[in-house]
Parts: sequence; C-alpha cells; structure tokens
Amino acid sequence: MLKVTALQKIYNGGASAVEAVRDLTFELAEGELVCLVGPSGCGKTTLLKCIAGLMPPTSGTVELAGDSVTAPPPDMAVVFQEYGRSLFAWMSVRANVELPLKEKKLPKERRRELVAQSLEAVGLTAFADSYPWQLSGGMQQRVAIARAVAYEPKVLLMDEPFAAVDAQTRADLEDLIRNIWQRLGVTVLFVTHDIDEAVYLGERVLVLSSSPTVVQDDITVDLPAERDQLTTRQDERFTELRARVYAQIQQAKNSAAPAAAH
Amino acid sequence: MTKTDTTDAGPPPGAPAPRGRTRSGLGRALLGAAGIAAFLTLWEAVPRLGLVSDRYLPPATEVLGVLAQRATTPGFWAAVGDTLHGWALGLAIAFAAAVVLGFTLGALPRVRAFTTSTVDFLRPIPSVALIPLAVLLYGTDIRSTLLLVVYACFWLIYIQVLYGVADVDPVAEQTARSYGLGRLARIRYVVWPTTLPYLMTGLRLAAAVALILSITAQLIIGTPGIGQEIAIAQSSNAVAYVYALIVATGILGVLINMGVRVLERRVLRWHTSVRGEATA
Ligand SMILES: Nc1ncnc2c1ncn2[C@@H]1O[C@H](COP(=O)(O)OP(=O)(O)OP(=O)(O)O)[C@@H](O)[C@H]1O
Ligand SMILES: [Mg+2]
Repeated sequence: MLKVTALQKIYNGGASAVEAVRDLTFELAEGELVCLVGPSGCGKTTLLKCIAGLMPPTSGTVELAGDSVTAPPPDMAVVFQEYGRSLFAWMSVRANVELPLKEKKLPKERRRELVAQSLEAVGLTAFADSYPWQLSGGMQQRVAIARAVAYEPKVLLMDEPFAAVDAQTRADLEDLIRNIWQRLGVTVLFVTHDIDEAVYLGERVLVLSSSPTVVQDDITVDLPAERDQLTTRQDERFTELRARVYAQIQQAKNSAAPAAAH
Repeated sequence: MTKTDTTDAGPPPGAPAPRGRTRSGLGRALLGAAGIAAFLTLWEAVPRLGLVSDRYLPPATEVLGVLAQRATTPGFWAAVGDTLHGWALGLAIAFAAAVVLGFTLGALPRVRAFTTSTVDFLRPIPSVALIPLAVLLYGTDIRSTLLLVVYACFWLIYIQVLYGVADVDPVAEQTARSYGLGRLARIRYVVWPTTLPYLMTGLRLAAAVALILSITAQLIIGTPGIGQEIAIAQSSNAVAYVYALIVATGILGVLINMGVRVLERRVLRWHTSVRGEATA
C-alpha cells in the first residue's frame, strides 16, 4: 500500500545543509496501523511530509498503491504536529472540519453528518461554533483529529497528535483511533514519543535511529486485535514489547550512527 | 531604492494597532467629550479676549453658526457629495487594482522581484507632484482628483497586500494542500483571510490619505468639492466660512475613520487585534 524506498532528505537552507533523513526503507500493508518512534529531531516530521507529497525527497521514492507520490495524494489526511497553526483561525470549528469535505464535493447532508459524527467522537460537539483560538491546546488538537477523521481517508498520517491532551483524554483518543482504524480499514502511520502508546496502538512499531536516520528496528506487535486500556497494558507480552522498544530507543539515542541498522 | 525603503510604510507585522476595551468605553467617551468642550471654549475665548484678531480666527460659535447655516443650503451638500464621490471612487479603484495586482504578483515571486525596484522608485513620489500632469490631462474634471487619490492610495494598499500574501503560515498552507484544496480554494480560504488584516490596515491608511488628496486637488486644481469651496470662500474673504469648511472636513475625516474601524472590527472578528472584545 505505502512503500518508502531509500528515502533521503537533505534540507538546503542557506549556508549549511542538514541531512534530516539518510536512508529509510519500509512498507505498510493496506489497512495496517504502524507506529513510528524515534528521538526528537530524527526526521519523523520530515518523513511524514515527504510521504504526504508536501516536500520532494532528495532521493528515494514514496509509492502509494503503486503510484509514485509527487503531490498530495487524494484520500490521505495528515494531522500536523503544529496543530494550532494547522487550524484556520478565521473559521469556526465546524467550518474547519467541513472545509476539506466541501472540496471533496460531498453533498451538504453528508457533510453535516460527518462533521457531527467526528466532533462527537472527539467530544467537541458543544464547541462546533467556537473559533479554534477560543479552545485549549488539547481541544485544538482534537479538532485537528476530527477534521482528519471526517475526511474518511484511505491513509492517515498523524504526527504526535496526542501531545497536548491529558492522560484520560489520551486514552479515549487512542481507543478512538483504533476504533476508526478497525471500522474503516484505513492505513495509519502514527508518530509518537510515547513508547506505551506505540505498543498499545500499533500492529507494528518502527524505531528510527537518531540522525543520520535509518530504520533501526521493526517490531511486530503480536497483541490481540481487541485492546483494552487496562488489560492490554497489564499483559505480559505488552511489557516485553515495551521493554524491547525502550531498549531500541535507548540504543538509537546513544549511538549517533548505528553501524548496522537491525 | 534599498531594502529599507520597504519598511518605511510601517507594516504592522501581524496587525492593526490594539484597541481599548469596551468596558472603559463610557469613561473614554466622557473624557473625549470634555476634551472637545475645553477645546471649543479655548477657541471661543482667544478671539473674544482679543488675543488673536477675529479677522484671522473667528470665535467657535460664529464658525459653527456659519456651518449650521450653510448646512441647510444645497450648495454645501453638493460640495460634500463631490468630495465623497472623488474619495470613494478613487479609493475603490486603488483598492481593486492593488488587490488584483498584489495577489497576482504575490503568487509570482520572480515577477515580483522584477518589479520591486520600479515600485520602490514610484512609491515615494508624492501624489501632489502629479498635479501639473493632472491639470494637463484632465483640467478641472473629477478625473484630476481621481488621478491623485488613486496614485497615493494604490501604493499604500498594494504594499500591505504584498506583506499579507507573504505572511501565509506554511503549516496552514500545507494543511490546505494535503486536504486537496486547489490553487483557487487556497487563495480563497487561506491566503485571502491571512491578508485581510494587512489589507484593512492599508485601507485605513488609504481612506485618510484619499480624503486629504481629494481636498488638495479641489483646493489647488479647482475640481468641484469642499476644497474648491474653501478656495472660493478665501478669495471672497469669508473667513468664518473657510473655518466652517475646515471643520466640516475634520468631521468628515473622523466619520470616515470610524467607518473603517467598524468595518475592520466586523471583518476581523477572528483576528488577535479584535478577538479580546469578542470574547470579553
Ligand atoms: N525546514 C527545515 N529546514 C532545515 N532543516 C530542517 C527543516 N525542518 C527540519 N529540519 C531539520 O531536520 C531534522 C529533522 O527534523 P524533524 O522536524 O523532521 O524532526 P522530528 O523527528 O519530527 O522531531 P520531533 O520529534 O522533535 O518533532 C532536524 O535536525 C531539523 O533541524
Ligand atoms: Mg516532528
């Protein structure tokens, strides 16, 4: 479904060139939910933007369902890390969520339905007519999530979407994402800093090394499909996987340039 | 024509000036009224006490009396109408041209770079330097007024539009692109709202300048309007009427400024500069 091959991205800003990503190769099967973890500044956002067709890679390719990605593909939604700047301050919450649907030329009835559903799902029904700047950071983040969910994408890219919400809301949103994923069969690539979250959410966890970035480890999460905040997190297998991801991240942080990726 | 030239228009990065809270609005209004009353008293007293001859400065009551009396004549309102006509038409033309050109060139960085030096050369030319040209081309026709007004206002708004178009948040832009918004949709939903605060600033500056220039054109060239009335009153030695017309111009300026502020507040409900009031 989504295939990233030998992806390299060098930023050529001014005097110095920054190699954000060196050599990334991985693949997501259709309908897979994969979590991406890696040290801060290792190029996760860069990778997502290349996948989203917002930025051309320096070398390497991104393929979506067999087609090379050169522009933002239809049926893909991105939840940006800078959620505040990604919402349009001049539009109400409802209008923010509805705008992409309008561009998708959905009939009015359907749009209203999708907006209502997705705002309900993130618990913001009462704030539909507020403006984003009247909401807290966590609420803004949920608006951005609602917008992506309402879009009904085939591929969903999320860049630390739960960074600004409290633990309880976070747990609810995690279940929401799994629920949507199971219901709509969408392919999800989910960036997070939280190891527990990566293991709880993902079917697979990709660990990136620190810069120069390569895929350091690719861990299959063989937990049952039905997950529960309490029981899953107490599962012995959960603890093992968690420890493994933790060890990999430690290694990624410590070794500036890992000799062998994997 | 250096880079610093572009900053002297004082683009308020991000915004129109902050405004007072409505809560203290009443106190403010009272204070303002008291200030005007004090000013009028002073104006009344100075000629009455003989500090200045009332041949040069008639007392306030006399001037306001003349104004009230003239305000009942159609000639006065015709002059006001002509002035507002030149003001509004000139401003509208400048606004439309500046928005269209600003958005077009804002989207074409190379063409913009190509034109920057010319713009930096043309922009500082004072509009009044064009008076001989206007007379040559249009005589005392209203088009003379329009030439001056449009020239001055165009640059004010155009520069603001360029700043606004350049201020689009890359994350907002990327969001729009990733959700499949085409070029036109992005202009409508992202670039235009981003530019609006700048545009309103440009409009506010231009509205004041347009009034100044339409009066100037009428006064010097003799195109119809309040300025021409002032010139006539002066030559017939109607000093009080000269003052009355000046007061009328001032009132017009205040009304125009208030109008633009109201518009700004409505259009920018969502913007940081207005928000506080909306939520307070
Ligand atoms: N526009 C840019 N121009 C130049 N360098 C950039 C740019 N954006 C990112 N970088 C560099 O690329 C590297 C990776 O940045 P990126 O934002 O992708 O990291 P990240 O993994 O998302 O980090 P975090 O977890 O903190 O969000 C960093 O070293 C950063 O300095
Ligand atoms: Mg990031």
